[in-house]
Amino acid sequence: MMEEKKYSQIKAMFAIARASLRSTTRSPSAVVFTLAFPLIFIVVFGFIGGGAFSVDVAVKKDCDKNNPIYQALLNVPVVKLDTSVTEADMKTNLEKGRIDATLSIKVNSAGVMPQYSVSVETSNASRERGNILKSVLNNIFYTINTEIARIPTVAELKETEVNVREYKTIDFILPGQLGFSLLSSGVFGTAFVFLSLRQTLVIKRFFATPIQRPFIVLGEALSRLVFALTGALIIILIGHYAFGFTLIHGIATVINMLVLSTLGLIVFMGFGFAVSGIAKNESSIPPIANIITLPQFLLSGTFFSISAFPSWLQPICNVLPLTYLNDAMRKVAFEGASLFSVGHQIGIICLWGVAIYILAVKVFKWE
Amino acid sequence: MNRENSIIRVKDLVKHYEQIQAVNGISFDVYEGEIFGLLGPNGAGKTTTLEIIETLREKTSGEIYVEGLSVDKDANRIKKIIGVQLQAAGYYPSLTLLELLRLFSGLYNVKIVPMEMLKLVGLEDRGNAKYKELSGGQKQRFSICTTLINRPKIVFLDEPTTGLDPQARRNLWDLIRMIRDKGTTVVITTHYMDEAENLCDRVAIVEKGKIIALDTPDKLIDALVAKGFERKKEVKQANLEDVFLALTGQEWRDE
Repeated sequence: MMEEKKYSQIKAMFAIARASLRSTTRSPSAVVFTLAFPLIFIVVFGFIGGGAFSVDVAVKKDCDKNNPIYQALLNVPVVKLDTSVTEADMKTNLEKGRIDATLSIKVNSAGVMPQYSVSVETSNASRERGNILKSVLNNIFYTINTEIARIPTVAELKETEVNVREYKTIDFILPGQLGFSLLSSGVFGTAFVFLSLRQTLVIKRFFATPIQRPFIVLGEALSRLVFALTGALIIILIGHYAFGFTLIHGIATVINMLVLSTLGLIVFMGFGFAVSGIAKNESSIPPIANIITLPQFLLSGTFFSISAFPSWLQPICNVLPLTYLNDAMRKVAFEGASLFSVGHQIGIICLWGVAIYILAVKVFKWE
Repeated sequence: MNRENSIIRVKDLVKHYEQIQAVNGISFDVYEGEIFGLLGPNGAGKTTTLEIIETLREKTSGEIYVEGLSVDKDANRIKKIIGVQLQAAGYYPSLTLLELLRLFSGLYNVKIVPMEMLKLVGLEDRGNAKYKELSGGQKQRFSICTTLINRPKIVFLDEPTTGLDPQARRNLWDLIRMIRDKGTTVVITTHYMDEAENLCDRVAIVEKGKIIALDTPDKLIDALVAKGFERKKEVKQANLEDVFLALTGQEWRDE
């Protein structure tokens, strides 16, 4: 018997990943779904929706207006402060969504820390906008707090100008489109690839080589991951440079978004594996895959905030994995939240992952 | 051919599918360095037998050893020393032949020069073509090319010439003989008897999942003649295929 050289499954896996990636980049439909569609939506919404977005805040009569917080809010274009609403109208306007929040800032008696108390009332009629207001306020607090903390060593008192980030339509649209891109690439891409590998007997030829089955799947998955993450990066970069998408901590935010993308994609690929197992032939993939992707596309806050949906629909919105991915993406990108602080969203996405892979393993077919 | 050295041993191989008995107790040995043919009509169980030896299919019962390795225990070691051409196999549709060969060199963990491999099967000028753009004969030559990447001891060819024109068929025979002459054992299935007679050192005739005859083509013919068999028609010096080849030429042509 001749001396056997050590066979590396990893090396074989990379050979498949490389070949599959080449094959995918040459497939028009993969490129269209992963890149072109999301970019078209971003362009369309980027132009149509520019500037139309605002958070309407009714200012209560007892609100102190001579504090830096109020002054800073005046400089935030997206927040429209309205001092003309009567106390009596506020409640009904809030309930009906005519205003998004009420605001009252009180100066605490001297020596008491913190110096100001800010009360905000929001309603679930416009939850998303209420959240934006909160995030704008948090940002103001952060800036003012750090300014004050720095002051003690300096004798002269500088007037502080607070720069608050503008919340643009692109900041809402881009994470949603990114989620959609990952969803379609994960579900459709994976389902088509594995069904066609099976039908065209490419996979059978692989079986005749020493590579073990799990490594075939890993190789294909790796290629899909590289492809979709490259797509995600391109979407983020085009969004940032061409449409001013906010990346609050720059490159760190990009990396966090890519980590979330990876997680989302792995879960969505699980759906793809399951679909490829359930589908009998290529023409039965789109209907099955659409059952998975379309509701999420519409109901997960890709285009509109979930709060825009009727309340009976919201429980459905609130179970879909894409809802949590979109939510986490927006928090990370705009609010600069850490991955740790979106742990709740990540946890739910992971639960979906566990459930779908249990199903995928059951229905997956090799030939 | 080394009669002392059986490179494949098949003993009492049985394969049942839910309803059908595809293979019904087959035994044979393949000797090192020969071209061994499994002959039989469609559905006789040739492909099933082949795929079980190739470790692609589970058997119901029986024993199979390839180079002393059992298909039950050493499937992965067997895969490293064999080359498999499937009756129907696909390749990534958008990759070129050179890229596909690089893929297979990774799958086998061997270093190759892809262009050298293509030269071996006369496809050196199609390196940047895609598999689906090849003619039938070129496709089969490429498939055989992928089986040679790991310098296998045994190559399995499942109906490599089905659907090919006479020129392409003869080209493929030359290629298969060349592989044998380099010391590789070849196991081939076919339902063309002229092919078996021309190409195979020994043949097994399979019918309804059983081997009904096994010997060299010469001896099988002699045995039949000895029984008093006579062809109905006087045999001429040439047949229509000879006429066709004389008229159209025998060079490698692919389109």
